[in-house]
Amino acid sequence: MTMTITQQLITIIMIVLGTMLTRFFPFIVFPPNKTTPRYIQYLGEVLSLAALALLVVYCFKDVGFLTGSHGFPEIISVAVVILLHVWKGKMLLSIAGGTLFYMLLVQNIF
Amino acid sequence: MEKHRICAAFSAAFPYTTPILAGFVFLGIAYGIYMNSLGFSAIYPILMSLTIFAGSMEFVAANLLLGSFQPMNALLLTLMVNGRHLFYGLSMLEKYKRLGKKKHYLIFGLCDESYAINSTVKIPDHVDKGWFMVFVTLLNHLYWVLGSAIGGIFGSIIQFNTEGIEFVMTALFVVIFVDQWMKEKKQEIAIIGLGVSIFSLIIFGGQNFILPSMAGILIVLTVLKRPLEKRGAISA
Repeated sequence: MTMTITQQLITIIMIVLGTMLTRFFPFIVFPPNKTTPRYIQYLGEVLSLAALALLVVYCFKDVGFLTGSHGFPEIISVAVVILLHVWKGKMLLSIAGGTLFYMLLVQNIF
Repeated sequence: MEKHRICAAFSAAFPYTTPILAGFVFLGIAYGIYMNSLGFSAIYPILMSLTIFAGSMEFVAANLLLGSFQPMNALLLTLMVNGRHLFYGLSMLEKYKRLGKKKHYLIFGLCDESYAINSTVKIPDHVDKGWFMVFVTLLNHLYWVLGSAIGGIFGSIIQFNTEGIEFVMTALFVVIFVDQWMKEKKQEIAIIGLGVSIFSLIIFGGQNFILPSMAGILIVLTVLKRPLEKRGAISA
């Protein structure tokens, strides 16, 4: 390791600071005692679902669709999660079922 | 009375966090083991999980700590990796309003998973919303620190085939997404989010697609503001 303890600490503090900036920024710019602009209210409303969609895609960012197993285990397992959830509508069952299925796939088949 | 309210909020919040208990303890262990393998003592993953509480950034941080001392570089990289939190903040402005001191902790702990739960769960009327969201955040925080600590301390001893268990996070987000899809008349917005993100993942690749995705989503939602409002996709 090339850094001293102090330098490591400063680096960690910078990362904490950066993370907190991204989390606190909207709340500092749009404090509750002032009326939030209409456009920002609109964004707040539509962004929650769009950001959730981004989060779903984010889970696939490291899946190699052109190499290895071509993302087959991931795609099949997501299909299992969706089917289980539409069928039974039990959150834990869908999550546990899909995850176990995925583990079986990657440990034994792919 | 207050105690009863807090207990009720805890009982309501805990079940929603159980998938994250599994996911975070495992991912936390993986993170702790990873740090251990790079030669960091357990205090590093524990301290970083407590203070940063952003999984993907903590993995990146491990690499930064091994390189040369470039604090500004670390700050900028963090802003880029965690830029998606800006979205979360904007959409939680209303929900976190009027929560007093709780709000500071809620914003501090606004990670992907806390956001996914707190922004979508319909909290029952008899449950205190502030405490519910605090417990979701606090439990997630606890799971993550616990996992990191286990991994960091027992890193070299743990041996069982957990390959693939990280999929629990993907499954959680997919389930929440499907719930939202079926519940609300917002399919257009979901499709915009998915479409723009997939498009920019293909164009920019896994390491760089988040910023372009956010920009793209903002642009498309801004351009389509009127038609979306007209179609009643949103309440405004």
